[in-house]
Amino acid sequence: MTIAEHEADHDLAALTDEGAQEMSPRALAGGVEVLREVGSVLRMSESDAMLDAPDDSETSIINMGPQHPSTHGVLRLMLELDGETVLRTKPVIGYLHTGMEKTGEQLTYVQGGTNVTRMDYASPLFSEAAFCLATEALLGLEVPPRAQWIRMLMHELNRLTSHFLFLGTNGMDLGSTSMMIYGWREREEGLRILEMITGLRMNHNFIRVGGTAADLPDGWQERLSTYLDAIPARLEEYEVLMTDQPIWRERLQGVGDITTEEAIALGATGPILRSTGYAWDLRRQMPYFAYDQVDFDVIVGSYGDCFDRYAIRLNEIRESVRILRQCLEHMPAGDYRIQDKKVTPPPRARIDESMEALIHHFKIFTEGFKVPEGEAYAAVESPRGELGCYIVSDGSGTPYRMHIRGPSFVNLQVLPHLLRGGTIADAVAVISSVDPIMGEVDR
Amino acid sequence: MIVAADPLLSGHVGLVVFLIVLGKAVVTLGICLIATMLMIWFERKVISDLQNRIGPNRAGPFGILQTLADGLKVILKEDLVPEKSDRWVFRLAPILTMIPAFITFGMIPIGGDFTDGNGGVVHMFGHDTLLQLANPDAGVLVILAMSSIAVYGVMLAGWSSGSKYPLLGSVRASAQMVSYEAALGLGVLAVVLVGSNDAGISSLTTNSIVSAQMPWGWNLWVTGLVPFVIFILAATAELNRPPFDLVEAEQELVGSFQTEYSGFRFAIFYLAEFLNAITMGAIVVTLFLGGPGGPVLFGPGWMWGFVWFFLKLVAVLYAFVWTRASVPRVRYDQLMDLGWKVLIPLGVGWMLLLVGIRVGADAGWNPVVTVAVAAVVMVACYGLLRLAGATSRRLAAEALDAPEGVID
Repeated sequence: MTIAEHEADHDLAALTDEGAQEMSPRALAGGVEVLREVGSVLRMSESDAMLDAPDDSETSIINMGPQHPSTHGVLRLMLELDGETVLRTKPVIGYLHTGMEKTGEQLTYVQGGTNVTRMDYASPLFSEAAFCLATEALLGLEVPPRAQWIRMLMHELNRLTSHFLFLGTNGMDLGSTSMMIYGWREREEGLRILEMITGLRMNHNFIRVGGTAADLPDGWQERLSTYLDAIPARLEEYEVLMTDQPIWRERLQGVGDITTEEAIALGATGPILRSTGYAWDLRRQMPYFAYDQVDFDVIVGSYGDCFDRYAIRLNEIRESVRILRQCLEHMPAGDYRIQDKKVTPPPRARIDESMEALIHHFKIFTEGFKVPEGEAYAAVESPRGELGCYIVSDGSGTPYRMHIRGPSFVNLQVLPHLLRGGTIADAVAVISSVDPIMGEVDR
Repeated sequence: MIVAADPLLSGHVGLVVFLIVLGKAVVTLGICLIATMLMIWFERKVISDLQNRIGPNRAGPFGILQTLADGLKVILKEDLVPEKSDRWVFRLAPILTMIPAFITFGMIPIGGDFTDGNGGVVHMFGHDTLLQLANPDAGVLVILAMSSIAVYGVMLAGWSSGSKYPLLGSVRASAQMVSYEAALGLGVLAVVLVGSNDAGISSLTTNSIVSAQMPWGWNLWVTGLVPFVIFILAATAELNRPPFDLVEAEQELVGSFQTEYSGFRFAIFYLAEFLNAITMGAIVVTLFLGGPGGPVLFGPGWMWGFVWFFLKLVAVLYAFVWTRASVPRVRYDQLMDLGWKVLIPLGVGWMLLLVGIRVGADAGWNPVVTVAVAAVVMVACYGLLRLAGATSRRLAAEALDAPEGVID
């Protein structure tokens, strides 16, 4: 059977100019592809799954999601089960698809930030930063040091809230309800500081092309240092509640393990890649902002299992606290955005006294600014891995093509490999440890 | 004879006796219902405190009427029976989980004067009686039987729903609850072994088990603590309470056997779960913590039976709630390992030790030598068991890593 026959057989509605979006049967796949998936990817169409299994079959297909409480939103997994043991998995995504990348082509570079910030809703400042870095690369802008440090501060603060969210949901998925509340409590405190700085708890649109939307508010040092002082004791509490807990260790150690080679072959980044012992962190490998001026450690694991991924995130909180303390100490004075009238809007006071400022203000917010022709890719280390933004500009005020390389999306590829051979309970732990954010997966 | 041991029924059974029995039945049912309501409130409130939350605080003082409000709401909900379900069994299942809990509670001495060898007898309306609905000769065996029947409710609910997640939960339920039934039984057996009266005869009735513990010979230490730990762990698993709530496991099986239930049928499962917790707590109090027995500080003796029983019960229930707030859920295979490879061997070993000590005491053996020999035998058996476990794990791992069928 050829691919064309298979498509005719299955009447695939979703034919695009790139061909069928549904995976074809393994018999039709090339050798490299088959080797890569080592028997963990389930290739089964919806219609085949609907059919009742023959009475003598030893396996059953079960749908986990999109309304399952532990699939972190609307992820759907078709699991092939032998009893409770998971054999092959087919992740199904797209339930949250809103066409944000396509929308990005309609919005000016000024408006773009509002769009991308809605992708990874647990760590919105990272997609903003990737978008801005790519745009700035096209414009050839040099952002002032204070803006860089503010961005770095915001990133680490956001990393804290995102990792606390992970700790909470990871606890919840494994049945530790107290941990959920504790993780949430710490995240709330972080969000309050973010709200104080940006005005919003999520979808901040604070990092703008050319700098940030505003300067840090008065009293941010006290607020932040109070928060940072509270965290170490809370982390000790988590260590008692979870890390030292034998049930917790039993549930996570050796579950969903992956090797460095597999992780790299599947494009996994972030805590998943680092859990295998490979110290890949963009903050260290390709420093952006002012990460080359601060002192921090890249946390790596050694077994590549769920416990390593949990421990990495827990310890990354400690590293973020370290970076934030250095931000408190070394925050440079100066502008929080570049003084380029074509890119950044004039201060409100200038509009009343200067006709030119009024014109610039009007032009920036109606038609935006023109970006020279070309293409650029910029990546930041989000809490989930490498978050990159690729922009192609045709010289107009809107991107010709805007693509986000979402770490959650790519990391989802490793799910079938992590799940194979585990039980349903392990599957929950594994999904939790991959920590996907569906808004960023589907875009 | 199911009501034999109660002095109330040993004489002439007249109208007054009949009314007393009827009154006790009504009171027991009332206690069950109110206690369930309060237990739900208690659990929510305590767990909120442990998690820095407020918990229910709207309905009534301290939110104590929250369960009532929820119950009213749930009665008004649509009662849905899925198309693919086995309708008759689907309707039967909630009832099967609820009734055994009530019956079990009827056999718990919830009060009574156990001081001075009174044996829990109180005098009311001119008759001597026990403050428990029934005191059958089979006693704890009936309790075990009831907890076995409760398994059917969960199992049939999952099976009859005609859906995959409930079915998985049903399979888990039957395996888990049947395995832990054995551990539970071993814990009870230890209690029965040590709980002999002056004549050296053990009795299975709950009343005599409590009497045998008077005044301070609680089975908690008389049996050497191990049966208590086994019983508590097995009871937690039997109740589907965290960390052994695999049958429900909302994060894994979406509530499993409850998934297809709605409206009042769901509420029955929910209430039965908490009623079962209370009943199991009461059984723990009866078997290991001396039931309603305790010192009479002032006033009439029968009053203090209630007080001590209530205090002990709250302590046990608090421990259940505390556990729930502190630990994550174990995995299914780990649960079965704990049951079959730790609790049951330990329970059997401990029972043999208790038997050995008793026989030794009768035959005049040296107690130190008896215990030493028993300890050596137990350690040797444990070593063998570990070896067997390690071998089977290795074989299972090899089977999973076998290359055939990986790339097809």
